[in-house]
Amino acid sequence: MSGVAPLELVDVVREYGGGRSLFGRRLPAHRAVDGVSLTLQQGATLGIVGESGCGKSTLARMIVGLLPPTAGHILIDNRPIDQFDRLSLHRKVQMVFQDPLGSLNPRKTVRQVLEIPLRSLRGMHAPARRDRVQELMHLVSLRAEFIDRYPHEFSGGQCQRIGIARALAAEPEIIVLDEPVSALDVSVQAQVLRLLQDLQARLGVAYLFISHDLAVVEAIADTVAVMQAGRIVERGGAAQIFLAPQHAYTRELIGAIPGLSAMPA
Amino acid sequence: MSGAQGIAVPLAPTPASRPSSAGVWRRFMRSGMAVAGAGLLLVVVALVLAAPFLPLSDPDRTDILHRMARPLTTGHLLGTDELGRDLLSRVIWGTRLSLLVGVVAATLSSLIGSALGVVAAYYGRAVDTLVMRGVDMLMAFPYLLLALAIVAALGPSLGHAMLAIIIVNVPFFARAVRGATVSLRQSDFIAAARLMGQSNLRIIATELLPNVLPVVVVTASTSVGWMILETAGLSFLGLGAQPPVADLGGMLGSARNLINVAPHVAAVPGLAILLIAIGVNLVGDGVRDALDPRLRAGGLARISAVTEVAPDRPMPAQPPSDALLSVRSLRTEFRSGGQVWRAVNDVSFEVRAGEAVGLVGESGSGKTVTALSIAGLVASPPGRIAGGSIRFKGQELIGAPLAALQDIRGNRVAYMFQDPLTTLNPLLTIGQQISETVRRHQGLGPRAAMAQAVTLLEQVGITDPAQRARSFPHELSGGQRQRVGAAIALANSPDLIVADEPTTALDVTTQARVLALMNEQRHRLGAALVFISHDMGVIAELCDRVHVMYAGSIVESGRVADVLSRPAHPYTIRLLACVPRPGQARREVEPIPGLPPATNALPPGCAFAPRCDLAIAACSAGAIPMVAVGQEHAARCVRTRDALQEAAA
Ligand SMILES: Nc1ncnc2c1ncn2[C@@H]1O[C@H](COP(=O)(O)OP(=O)(O)OP(=O)(O)O)[C@@H](O)[C@H]1O
Ligand code: SF4
Ligand SMILES: [Mg+2]
Repeated sequence: MSGVAPLELVDVVREYGGGRSLFGRRLPAHRAVDGVSLTLQQGATLGIVGESGCGKSTLARMIVGLLPPTAGHILIDNRPIDQFDRLSLHRKVQMVFQDPLGSLNPRKTVRQVLEIPLRSLRGMHAPARRDRVQELMHLVSLRAEFIDRYPHEFSGGQCQRIGIARALAAEPEIIVLDEPVSALDVSVQAQVLRLLQDLQARLGVAYLFISHDLAVVEAIADTVAVMQAGRIVERGGAAQIFLAPQHAYTRELIGAIPGLSAMPA
Repeated sequence: MSGAQGIAVPLAPTPASRPSSAGVWRRFMRSGMAVAGAGLLLVVVALVLAAPFLPLSDPDRTDILHRMARPLTTGHLLGTDELGRDLLSRVIWGTRLSLLVGVVAATLSSLIGSALGVVAAYYGRAVDTLVMRGVDMLMAFPYLLLALAIVAALGPSLGHAMLAIIIVNVPFFARAVRGATVSLRQSDFIAAARLMGQSNLRIIATELLPNVLPVVVVTASTSVGWMILETAGLSFLGLGAQPPVADLGGMLGSARNLINVAPHVAAVPGLAILLIAIGVNLVGDGVRDALDPRLRAGGLARISAVTEVAPDRPMPAQPPSDALLSVRSLRTEFRSGGQVWRAVNDVSFEVRAGEAVGLVGESGSGKTVTALSIAGLVASPPGRIAGGSIRFKGQELIGAPLAALQDIRGNRVAYMFQDPLTTLNPLLTIGQQISETVRRHQGLGPRAAMAQAVTLLEQVGITDPAQRARSFPHELSGGQRQRVGAAIALANSPDLIVADEPTTALDVTTQARVLALMNEQRHRLGAALVFISHDMGVIAELCDRVHVMYAGSIVESGRVADVLSRPAHPYTIRLLACVPRPGQARREVEPIPGLPPATNALPPGCAFAPRCDLAIAACSAGAIPMVAVGQEHAARCVRTRDALQEAAA
């Protein structure tokens, strides 16, 4: 399989609104994603950076199949995603959300949350599930005795670990992370970033890592794509983007990193 | 730490903030009225359930010879009715029937209504339109008229009356449940459930329903009483229970002609209805309050307008300085459930006129509580200032009268918060809100104040300010809202701006613009700034001096450049290592292992000791003083020398 890019986007477009009004007049459509082409290599991390409203989350939702693209192709293992059935798509690509607490059902314990994908996506039986849940908890460094607790009993960073464990339960090749650390303070953010790096080294999963903060993306990504108003305006190696930005918007993003000049390296 | 490659091992989870079921039960039992109502209902229910076993005479056996017997007649405790039937027996059997009808009607209408509401909200679009238009149509008819029309069409009988009551109540449940479901459906956990391969039916049954169930249960339990009354009403009109069987309404209806001759015949079922209605409503209110304590009548009114101050508080030993703001040995604590949470623990700092001071630290380190203590804005109860002194322009603020504090709030000291949406009034335009602030403190006329508001909006970089002044808060983006927050803070040219994470909810690009704006406007007015953030990088952008907070205490203070280049406290060193620095591809970020301690059980000595890799026995022996490490630079650590060396390495 090596050499095949597990995820490829070709001229992907997504419009909101549009259609026709009651009297058949064309309504103006808003292009949230405007012809994006990207390639994610196996076991690598592709960072997408841009300010809020530039279409990052729309892109994420299309890749995991929550939203159909208006035009263009999304290929997973060289196959368009509309040829996958729902379950086999979810076994290939998973997602971690921005709001750590909001992405967990307040009335389900950690165990219940983690068992769902094991049953419906991996078809595991009860005894196997029990062992696997323990393994997943260990994988994201959550203590085993937390397993029967409810989300509100956890801190933001711990909730995000549960969200990551849930995504890993499907054993996906790709995880789309939509602003996974933006709601966390710097020290917890550092813990989660470290965990993600560690998991990638161990499991070989590929990340599509989305953030508005170039410093965070740069810390975890191999390659970076800069997105502005639905388009990719610049792409390249993480260090190269930062050291030799080509596009004016990339330079603005670098300038926006707080304390860059004041903080000693 | 010896753990797997420094991956943080989580410690105890944060204390529960949502009501636990034990808490709900405790709150319910604390409400005397609800318990009384529950007792009343319990007696009634026990009585009607036991009806077949009680030594009651047949409720339908007529006895013309003893008609309209007064209460306390031998053999007829409550007397008899116009056909000589025993009233005690009839009222118990009648109550049994009425309760049954009420409970069945409430259950069925809530089940049908909730199912419609959930399906409409979950599938949205055409399904939603179809269901909700149907519901609207039903609701367009006057409620009782519709019920009457249904019974009239079907013919009078208790079953038809119940059916009518169910039909007219379904729309209310459908509306309530749809509302609760729509907001849930947007949430990420529903999207996550789809990605986990769950079917729509399963998502509705296991993800949505359990979360809307409390709404359904509360609405249903509070409406049982209504349904009993409504069926009684139909029976009263002769459309419900048919003779000789009678429910409470039917009994009341046939007794109404005897009201002058034998009032007790009507009074007995009337009283029964009253008692049931009182019982059901008391329990319903109790359930609602127990599930959502914030809704309790008067609950919010009890919070005082200024933070409570301990009368026997210790005063700081040091004399106050002549700085603009001087905070000395401030202690603010929260008391709940017999525990004391020391959120701010002996904090001292000062702010000189025109200077920018940063407070930095992890979530829960006490930054916000410190900031709110300045103007007495910490909620009491549970908060209270347990000691210390806060002087603003020489005036003591702790224990100052409310009038003095109100003059200072919003006028000499202005606050900016993380999300201005929570402090802006959603019903007023932003122009109205800014001009209101200006008018209150500057005594301008409405026109002049509005002109001033537009000028302020222009100064904070809002394009087309005259037009924007007419917008409502929700029509603005996060960045624009924070600019409005800045405009309100600047409105009265304050001497001090306290900004609590004003840019944390913004993306870095917008954050950079808002920070630049705050810097520029602050210098224009010569205002001092207290800026709170968890991110040292943001502090470095605009502060002169910084105080690093940990577990309610200041652990390092100094000029920003000094603290950044020569951090002297191990916590500061670790905090700086958490910030990703670009330009060094895939440089590992260095997380701090573990979590900060809970402030209700602070360890003796250094609170950072359990996470510190320089910790020695002396660290946990007792309180640790600030140690000077340079000019205006000090750290609360027994090993500052080693820490400085480690930082330099
Ligand atoms: N109303 C309250 N009742 C009880 N405890 C409270 C209340 N408000 C704050 N606390 C407690 O006081 C401590 C300090 O909280 P504070 O909000 O000042 O932290 P912070 O440093 O501002 O954190 P963040 O970065 O999350 O805003 C925490 O332990 C918190 O749980
Ligand atoms: S006092 Fe001791 S435990 Fe605390 S920071 Fe200094 S060295 Fe570490
Ligand atoms: Mg705070």
